[in-house]
Amino acid sequence: MLEVKNLSKYYGEKQALDSISFSIDKEEAVGFLGMNGAGKSTTMNILTGYISASDGDVLIDGVDILTDPFKAKAKIGYLPEQPPLYPEMTVWEYLVFIYNLKKVKLHHKKTKLQKSREEYLQEIMELVKITAVKDRVIRNLSKGYRQRVGLAQALIGDPDILILDEPTVGFDPAQIIEIRQLIRELAKTRTILLSSHILSEVQAVCDRIIILHQGRIVADGSAEQLAEQLSGNLQIEMEIEGNAKTVLELLKKIPMVEDVQQNDGVSYMVYLCNQCKDSTAVRRSIFKSLSQANCVILSMSRKKLSLEEIFLQLTSETNMVQAEQTEQILTEEKGENTDDGNL
Amino acid sequence: MTAIYKREMRSYLTSPVGYVFLAVFFAISGYYFFATSLVSNVTDMSYIFSNLFSMVIFLVPMLTMRLFSEERRQKTEQALFTAPVRFTSIVLGKFSACLTMYLLGMGITVVYFLVLCAFQVPDVAVFCGNFLGLLLLGAALCAIGIFISSLTENQVIAVIGSLAVGLLLLFSNSFSPVVSNEFITAVIKEVSFYEHYIDFTRGLLNLSDLTFFISMTGLFLFLTVRHLERRRIS
Repeated sequence: MLEVKNLSKYYGEKQALDSISFSIDKEEAVGFLGMNGAGKSTTMNILTGYISASDGDVLIDGVDILTDPFKAKAKIGYLPEQPPLYPEMTVWEYLVFIYNLKKVKLHHKKTKLQKSREEYLQEIMELVKITAVKDRVIRNLSKGYRQRVGLAQALIGDPDILILDEPTVGFDPAQIIEIRQLIRELAKTRTILLSSHILSEVQAVCDRIIILHQGRIVADGSAEQLAEQLSGNLQIEMEIEGNAKTVLELLKKIPMVEDVQQNDGVSYMVYLCNQCKDSTAVRRSIFKSLSQANCVILSMSRKKLSLEEIFLQLTSETNMVQAEQTEQILTEEKGENTDDGNL
Repeated sequence: MTAIYKREMRSYLTSPVGYVFLAVFFAISGYYFFATSLVSNVTDMSYIFSNLFSMVIFLVPMLTMRLFSEERRQKTEQALFTAPVRFTSIVLGKFSACLTMYLLGMGITVVYFLVLCAFQVPDVAVFCGNFLGLLLLGAALCAIGIFISSLTENQVIAVIGSLAVGLLLLFSNSFSPVVSNEFITAVIKEVSFYEHYIDFTRGLLNLSDLTFFISMTGLFLFLTVRHLERRRIS
């Protein structure tokens, strides 16, 4: 349905996107996750044909957005980061304008839908719950309602693909739940790509998550897949009663255990080595050796990294690499400076 | 195109911009009508039209300044540019709305014509020629204003830019005696809006004047479309 190949984008010298590739199937809900400035909005602007890429291709249902934008844009509904609303118009006037702009009538003929414009727009307004503010001027609407009008705008014309840039910004918690439900409902019949910097939101709505960081895709898959792939080394959290020294010694002797840390008093953290994929055997031998030494295990649990932690890890690791690089450059420069001084 | 035309017309007529434009247009042209025709008991309307030349240069930027810059500032252009609409129809929609407002403004000259008819019917051919000239001048100015508006997201810059170009057009004639190079003098004379417009007020319908204004309009609308496309790519 949507295919992106080696997409790159430069803003002047700055590289915003670095050779991004992914494809989205029909009726799939995909979430773009990334911190501010990760390239989410840039990607979406390129997908919708608002800006063009410096390099790479975007195919919307097999149609290239650059060579045939007219046809490709008809398949997309886009809610940009800031809803594109004319403040001086009323909600109804605005929706009628978008309806005429997108020439929805033509589509109706194709699908043989015999609905009048009023009925059609009324349905969309009921779907996003803006019927009550129909005759109000957009300027006077709250942020939440503006966002809804923006969503309605994207839905007009029944596009196969919906691209939503941070759709829940500006809602209160109750409304967020409502909007998520609506998006899930919409996802049943169409392809949805949404972006967010809140992980739980993406998790709640999307089948698949693409994590972007500094213009690159650092992870791509379902929430479970990501957790599996990226959880790194296994850890076991324990509470053990007994002499700390012997406990540490005993634990370190057990195969596959890489490191043990005593946090405070009876609580310990056992880190397993890379090769260890399943901690059951290790836990069994921990139990045996500790019980032989009369050390009482009060609790033992595998520690699972939450997706939030994975996300933070992913985005901070690359940060660290970059920090190291800049540090290197700085020290090199310093070196050069001292060299100059010697000369 | 019609959707954009309708929206722009509504926007002119629900905001003060359209009414201020019309009010100023009517007031100043009314003064010219009073001073050049009624007071001096003349039915020759070409005086009004030649005076209107400098006035529309100052008034048209009022109509064009926000057409693209406002869309860009409020990010509403994202809706326009991601909808299945060609840039050409967006530009033409906005241009025709702008020209309609202008036409409403200069339509007042028809009223003056009718007023004069009460005393003595003026030369219809001269009036029509003048009317056409003013219309073509307005179209060219609208196109230039729209182009400048598409260059910036700041309305103030858009209006000052359009005014600067307007002033250049106004004064370009007074440059020619200063320049000694004959070639440059000839070029200035050829591109001068005033030189081409003044023929209309003399009652001349020159093919070269017609083509000049029409091609100026076409050129700047084309440049606007190209500029919007270029911005998408850069």
